[in-house]
Amino acid sequence: MNQTIKELSDLLARGEASSAELCQDYLARIERLNPRLNAFITVDPDKTLEEARAADARRARGEAGPLTGVPVAHKDIFCAEGWPATCGSRMLADFVSPYDAHVISRFKAAGMPSLGKTNMDEFAMGSSNETSFFGAVRNPWDERAVPGGSSGGSAAAVAARMAPAATGTDTGGSIRQPAALTGITGLKPTYGVVSRYGMIAFASSLDQAGPMAPSAEDCALLMNVMAGFDARDSTSLERPAEDYARDLDRPLKGLRIGLPREFFGAGLAADVGQAVEAALAVYRRLGAETVEVGLPNSGLSVPVYYVLAPAEASSNLSRYDGVRYGYRAAAYADLTDMYERTRAEGFGAEVKRRIMIGTYVLSHGYYDAYYLQAQKIRRLIAQDFAEAFKACDVILGPTAPTTAFDLGAKTADPVQMYLSDIYTIAVNLAGLPGMSLPCGFGADHRPVGLQIVGDWFGEARMLNVAHQYQLATDWHRRMPEGL
Amino acid sequence: MQWETVIGLEVHTQLTTRSKIFSGAPIEFGAAPNTQACAVDLALPGVLPVLNRGAVERAIKFGLAIGARLNRVNVFARKNYFYPDLPKGYQISQFELPIVEGGELAIQVGDASKVIRLTRAHLEEDAGKSLHEDFHGCTGIDLNRAGTPLLEIVSEPDMRSAKEAVAYARALYNLVTWIGICDGNMQEGSFRVDANVSVRPAGQKEFGTRREIKNLNSFRFLEQAIDYEVRWQIERIEDGHAIQQATVLFDPDSGATRMMRTKEEAHDYRYFPDPDLLPVRLDDALIARMQSELPELPQAKQARYQSDWGLSAYDAATLTASHALAEYFEAVVAKLLVSPRPQAGEGQGERVAKLAANWVMGELSGTLNKEGLDIAESRIGAASLAGLLARLQDGTLSGKLAKEVFAAMWAGEGEADAIIEAKGLKQMSDTGEIERILDEVLAANPKSVEEFRAGKDKAFNALVGQVMKATRGKANPQQVNELLKKKLAG
Repeated sequence: MNQTIKELSDLLARGEASSAELCQDYLARIERLNPRLNAFITVDPDKTLEEARAADARRARGEAGPLTGVPVAHKDIFCAEGWPATCGSRMLADFVSPYDAHVISRFKAAGMPSLGKTNMDEFAMGSSNETSFFGAVRNPWDERAVPGGSSGGSAAAVAARMAPAATGTDTGGSIRQPAALTGITGLKPTYGVVSRYGMIAFASSLDQAGPMAPSAEDCALLMNVMAGFDARDSTSLERPAEDYARDLDRPLKGLRIGLPREFFGAGLAADVGQAVEAALAVYRRLGAETVEVGLPNSGLSVPVYYVLAPAEASSNLSRYDGVRYGYRAAAYADLTDMYERTRAEGFGAEVKRRIMIGTYVLSHGYYDAYYLQAQKIRRLIAQDFAEAFKACDVILGPTAPTTAFDLGAKTADPVQMYLSDIYTIAVNLAGLPGMSLPCGFGADHRPVGLQIVGDWFGEARMLNVAHQYQLATDWHRRMPEGL
Repeated sequence: MQWETVIGLEVHTQLTTRSKIFSGAPIEFGAAPNTQACAVDLALPGVLPVLNRGAVERAIKFGLAIGARLNRVNVFARKNYFYPDLPKGYQISQFELPIVEGGELAIQVGDASKVIRLTRAHLEEDAGKSLHEDFHGCTGIDLNRAGTPLLEIVSEPDMRSAKEAVAYARALYNLVTWIGICDGNMQEGSFRVDANVSVRPAGQKEFGTRREIKNLNSFRFLEQAIDYEVRWQIERIEDGHAIQQATVLFDPDSGATRMMRTKEEAHDYRYFPDPDLLPVRLDDALIARMQSELPELPQAKQARYQSDWGLSAYDAATLTASHALAEYFEAVVAKLLVSPRPQAGEGQGERVAKLAANWVMGELSGTLNKEGLDIAESRIGAASLAGLLARLQDGTLSGKLAKEVFAAMWAGEGEADAIIEAKGLKQMSDTGEIERILDEVLAANPKSVEEFRAGKDKAFNALVGQVMKATRGKANPQQVNELLKKKLAG
């Protein structure tokens, strides 16, 4: 079961396994493990196998692409025709999408069957996957722990090898933080590289989809599937297609690694810091040099994010009004009452908290003080990175300040929860690409993630930096025991 | 006390794009409910807006046509509020940076002309429709209209009477249809007017508190609604009440306005830039292309009619009341100028234009009005009318006969020449024949001849009238005049 995308693809190419067989194996594992981990919201073996057989037929016709037949799981934030798209919410618990997201259509075009829809924090709002209407997801490394969020289901599914890879989305760290907490590799592309069409919006100016898989090489291959211009997303960037795997084998000699002093200060757990330092030692051995850089405004990332993301979310989530689709309260007195009950009952506490924050900061008289001010700081944060990249090629640091925390540990204190994204959020605000890859374990034997931040459109370089590390280490090959 | 009325208008014009402003769904009117609403219009989870360039192009044309400033970078914003026919829970509109700012429009009320300043014009999407009548105890939602492109055109509070407001609305209507950005179909809601109305004691500098009359879809209702609202406001104030800022609706049946909501109940729309759409950037090439596509504008035509053809300001304004009318008029003139012209030479253009203007504004417009038709529906085309006027010009027809031929043409009896031939209406120009009749008339009216010789000019006209009667109007009056003068002098 511990095979990379590349290995599975080779297996299929050599005819040693069919897509249907692979899917059956993964479906069996999902059936066995999902009751414990709750990583999937929807599994539909008939649909999966139908897609797998179509992939096999395609291969038989000699029309297979590089990844045809390799199955993936999709975060339940993506709309896929005929599949539910719940977004982890009661509001959309019964919503079945009539259309495919751009990302889904890309996977279909590549002939990659869907293993199902993975659990997530409600509307991607959370860092522990505990806000899901469909229940918390457990961390395969330690079932007392959270898998991180919001792409916690995708992360747990990959970590437990219930899927060889999965899609995620990252608004403030929602791919990287769960990847770190579950010991897998995850990549958030430069904003605009992957189309947001059909990806249920949380905060439009920050949301970006990306791959989650055991290795950087897997992520590169998946990026080749997911990335690309889409005219249906006005923020999608029209750029020449690129092969994200092209630089994987480039030696790291002379690589300049920037270490932001702000990412190694107070708040960073000692065991996480040690694992990151050990990773840096590996990089120095591989010929890279490290330079200290400053991101003076990054300390404002969390407050800026918690103005801008809720502002956009409060508007994005207005469409869930009980009128056209989704949840509607069973009984109500009039239109206003219908709206109020529907949204009170259909949304969970965290979503409601953010809608209220967002509504507040956009209100007359507060807009300038909060929203506009936050936009200004957002630009300063992006400028900090631009300045830093003059002195280095990539930025390295911890993905999250701690290893996975226990279920329930932070649910009573939203601010503590928000701070678990303290190193990832600035990357979204700047629109930069970022990755997390496993680099060891903490004192609690839970995984530690190393974050790589690339320059704008520096995905290939970032993947190269990650891949070279993974050639020199085996953290990404480790699997949780007892599954 | 003397009161002054202050009016500003907000006009929603529906743009003539084929598809919606942020989706590819068509915008044809009258389709079965919800058959022209795609995933984007329904605001399904995950869908995104994509701006229709055609809407931007039309807004640019409008800005150029009113001499406005075009914002090279303009921004779409979300206007957030809940309503069942607003699928996203926000309307995509423009707020702080609209595409068009400033500009002006000249209006004419009676003999007075005035320039109305425009504040701005911005692009936005229309909402859907709530259908309260057809569903017992329920409200139906039709999202066909949701996402229809609108240009909202906002004026300064520069109008001082309902008449001025109507003149402005008409001038604006003429302009947007003239440049082809709006089809002008008011029944289908392509041109909807909101009027902000306030009153103040004459001479006072500060504006009074305004009330906004929403959604007026005819010029008549606009005038009635403002007149009612002004009377109501003056009465309230004179009765010692203060006007409360409010939004009101006009009920055409009762002729009265009624309160919809007060300022306190107004929404906080929480505008912010739409993160799904990039700022719109207008480059020089696009603006130049739009400029080149603009037809000659009413003002320019009016100036040209006056300077080149010597038409009066009133005639020039009347003939440019719509693009179709001006085109018709110019086609008649053009045709006449190339037809054989016995009076060619100096002043030919002026003569021809005046003749065409008189007929287009007189006989033709009168007949169209009587039958409730638009110039586009005229039963006599421009070339045909020119054919008729050519016969008037070369003396074949008298004015009286020409009207007869016009009526026959309108009735579908054919072109002017064919009718003249068939009815034998050709003006008599055989001098011998006219002289013969003249002699008869002179012989039969010795008294008139005597009176003329005694110095009574009126007697001369009576004799001409007798000749015309005897020829059943077919004689050329000018010719009759000349011959008669000669005979009487002789």
